[in-house]
Amino acid sequence: MEAFAGLFQQLDGTASTSAKLAALEHYFRSAPPGDAAWALALLLGRRRKRLISGRRLREICLAATDLPEWLFEACHSQVGDSAETVSLLWGQHPASTIDGTALSTWMEERLPKLAALQGEEQATAIVECWASIPEPHLLLLNKLLSGGFRVGVSTGLVTRALANSAELDESLLAHRLMGGFTPSSESFAALLAPAEQGEDHAARPYPFFLASPMERGQLLDSQPGNWLLEWKWDGIRGQLIHRSGGCSLWSRGEELINDAFPELISLAEALPQGTVLDGEVIVWPADAPHPEPFASLQRRLGRKAPSRALQRDCPAAFVAYDLLEHAGSDLRQHPLHERRRLLEALHQGLQGTQPVLRLSSTQALRRWDELDELRDQARLHRAEGLMLKGIDSPYLVGRKRGHWWKHKLEPLRLDVVLLYAQAGSGKRANLYTDYSFGLWNDDGALVTFAKAYSGLDNSEIKELDRWIRAHTTERFGPVRAVEPLQVFELAFEGIQHSKRHKCGLAVRFPRISRWRTDKPACEADSLASARALLEQLP
Amino acid sequence: MPLAPGGLLQLSPEGLYCPAAKAWIDPWRPVPRALITHAHADHARPGCGEYWAVGSSEGILRERLGAEINLLPVDYGQLHRIGEARVSFHSAGHVLGSAQIRLEAGGESWLVSGDYKRCADPSCAPFEPVQADVLISEATFGLPIYRWQSGADVAAEILAWWRSAPDRPSVLFCYAFGKAQRVLAELHRLGVSEEVLLHGAVERLMGPYREAGVAMPPTLPLAQLERGSDLAGRLLIAPPAAHRSRGLGRFAKAQNGFVSGWMAVRGARRRRGYGRGFVMSDHADWAGLLQSIRGSKAQQVYVTHGQSNVLARYLREVEGISAEPLEGRFEAERFDEEEPS
Repeated sequence: MEAFAGLFQQLDGTASTSAKLAALEHYFRSAPPGDAAWALALLLGRRRKRLISGRRLREICLAATDLPEWLFEACHSQVGDSAETVSLLWGQHPASTIDGTALSTWMEERLPKLAALQGEEQATAIVECWASIPEPHLLLLNKLLSGGFRVGVSTGLVTRALANSAELDESLLAHRLMGGFTPSSESFAALLAPAEQGEDHAARPYPFFLASPMERGQLLDSQPGNWLLEWKWDGIRGQLIHRSGGCSLWSRGEELINDAFPELISLAEALPQGTVLDGEVIVWPADAPHPEPFASLQRRLGRKAPSRALQRDCPAAFVAYDLLEHAGSDLRQHPLHERRRLLEALHQGLQGTQPVLRLSSTQALRRWDELDELRDQARLHRAEGLMLKGIDSPYLVGRKRGHWWKHKLEPLRLDVVLLYAQAGSGKRANLYTDYSFGLWNDDGALVTFAKAYSGLDNSEIKELDRWIRAHTTERFGPVRAVEPLQVFELAFEGIQHSKRHKCGLAVRFPRISRWRTDKPACEADSLASARALLEQLP
Repeated sequence: MPLAPGGLLQLSPEGLYCPAAKAWIDPWRPVPRALITHAHADHARPGCGEYWAVGSSEGILRERLGAEINLLPVDYGQLHRIGEARVSFHSAGHVLGSAQIRLEAGGESWLVSGDYKRCADPSCAPFEPVQADVLISEATFGLPIYRWQSGADVAAEILAWWRSAPDRPSVLFCYAFGKAQRVLAELHRLGVSEEVLLHGAVERLMGPYREAGVAMPPTLPLAQLERGSDLAGRLLIAPPAAHRSRGLGRFAKAQNGFVSGWMAVRGARRRRGYGRGFVMSDHADWAGLLQSIRGSKAQQVYVTHGQSNVLARYLREVEGISAEPLEGRFEAERFDEEEPS
């Protein structure tokens, strides 16, 4: 594991993308295929299986070091991570300074064996294991055991490094990696095989092409007519596939979600073989003018075999906006207007027999200065903004600026009062960064309304942390109640009724947009103003 | 918990006070007579009538508090009569001229540890174990997750890191007073004889160390570096406050690292955005704290700074030593803060 531990340290020890790329390439060039396969799976975050819980590791560590439990807790709150706390507390000198076991042997044999043991036997084996490896590897080992291995590299960067090291085309590799990768030296060799004509990807989806936030200056040089405008729906991105191998529905997170959406699989079966659609999975009743809020879709996600009642209450639809494969041929290099024409023809050919397939409607725009006015209508359609796609754009891989833009609605905003704070974990351990906010109710009391974790910069976080420590009124375990004095402007994408929240409302993507040091708490917004926002929505 | 009235030391609004000596130890506000454990800014503050401190800290105290301060330099181990009390300063091993202060009067002895460490440090005198009836100890790193390697081992890591990037500069951030000179002295011991660049804040404190005969590689203030000089393979030592500052624009492509005990925790390093973290502290680690507290043979221990609650509880429950956290304006350096200023 020496080489992989070295790679982990290098990646963890730099913020420079080029240095990370170089370290990854070097590793992929020199590692044996079995190890490289595991490294790839781990770096892509596909193998975050928990073999042993953090709690169990803690138990074993406490028993082996004889430390009181409260002391472990004090350490944990400083470190913010169980696996790391255990590693730091172990602190015995290791028997050796070299770990000669291959990464693949760790992953395929040694770690699963440790996980399969029980009770005292497991504790002894883990303690022996800790004692046998060099100290810098402890954290890595405990992270792999507890399924918490993460390091700051994106899928795109790992793909590029591997493509460079194997002298393969990056997008070909990205495609081969779609829909899962099971680490083994055979699968790794197949992944890096030279490109073949008409490569068969069976059920594999294409890598998604992603839009970037709109840059107005980039648009003004072209005519509005060169752009295809569509609503940006608030569902999840999906690829619906019918190939000779069968039908499948993939989420943008590259998960197969066939089971959760049987009605969309029926739809796929009705499509001609050799078809791949890109679109939005969303809850949208057949005769409704607009889709249901995201919360309805949430009830369907992650649910295997949804009941009939659930399918009736939250009927899924597929809003198609692109055709990636037609009659078995890859259309991604064709211009969007051509793909769109074929998509429309396909939709028409179904002659309304498939109501769950909806064709994404396109919007007309004559002049750029009417763009925001059009965008603002998105809320009436229960969409979250506009998409602008170049009519000649190919379908690329990942986020490439210039072809597709997203132009989101301005968020809704309310001024809220800080009520509670909790320390974060990891990078934010020991720092109060998880905030709960309240609004005034009709009786003049503050009621918890939303939580937010982001939006402040580092110096504001530090300042607020100090303020929280100095103005705590009560402690509930890790949570501190503070004097209700600080006002923040909270931005969020949507608001809806909720039975689970005390205030009866739930918001989507709340984050802090401003620290209103200019406002006293009594001037913060009320629940009534939040309800008024809700009533303005369709 | 406050100190019991009538004891040799009291907690006053100005800080720890010894009525018998009519003197305050590391006072928070200006007082007529201050006994100073060491020259870090949270222990030595301006405006006092007279300062008692170890002679080797004089240069730095005058640099920081003003050249004109009324300073009475003392030697380690020398016994002084101040008012009704007998007072002595003993090496704390923290930084150049740092001391533990022992006070004795009316058959009672107290030891104020100041900041201290037990690891070897070629830039200052080693820690001297001292006994007293009552001990006031710091607890900045009072958690068992903090466990230091020797400074020599960490310096070897730093050297390997520096040498691994011959094509670009390396910037090492560390506290300007104490840590910077310790790193330089350790590098000298590893045979480094090439010139190291220093940020102005570090440069200002080099004189007293050179005068004290601490052997370090040659250094050059950044301000004296010729424009357009090749920076590849050069090492710059700068204080954390300079991290991402405009003054270091020429070092934009440099690899950077931070030398601090806080770097033991991954989140602390990532939060600050440093590349490499080197775990080296001028405070005692968990084992060092326990060893020193046991060694003092004190019957009563008061714990200040940082993890005072945790360490006091451990001393009571596990070590069977009567211990309490002492509350007051004892500001420990924290996880996310730079050098106390």
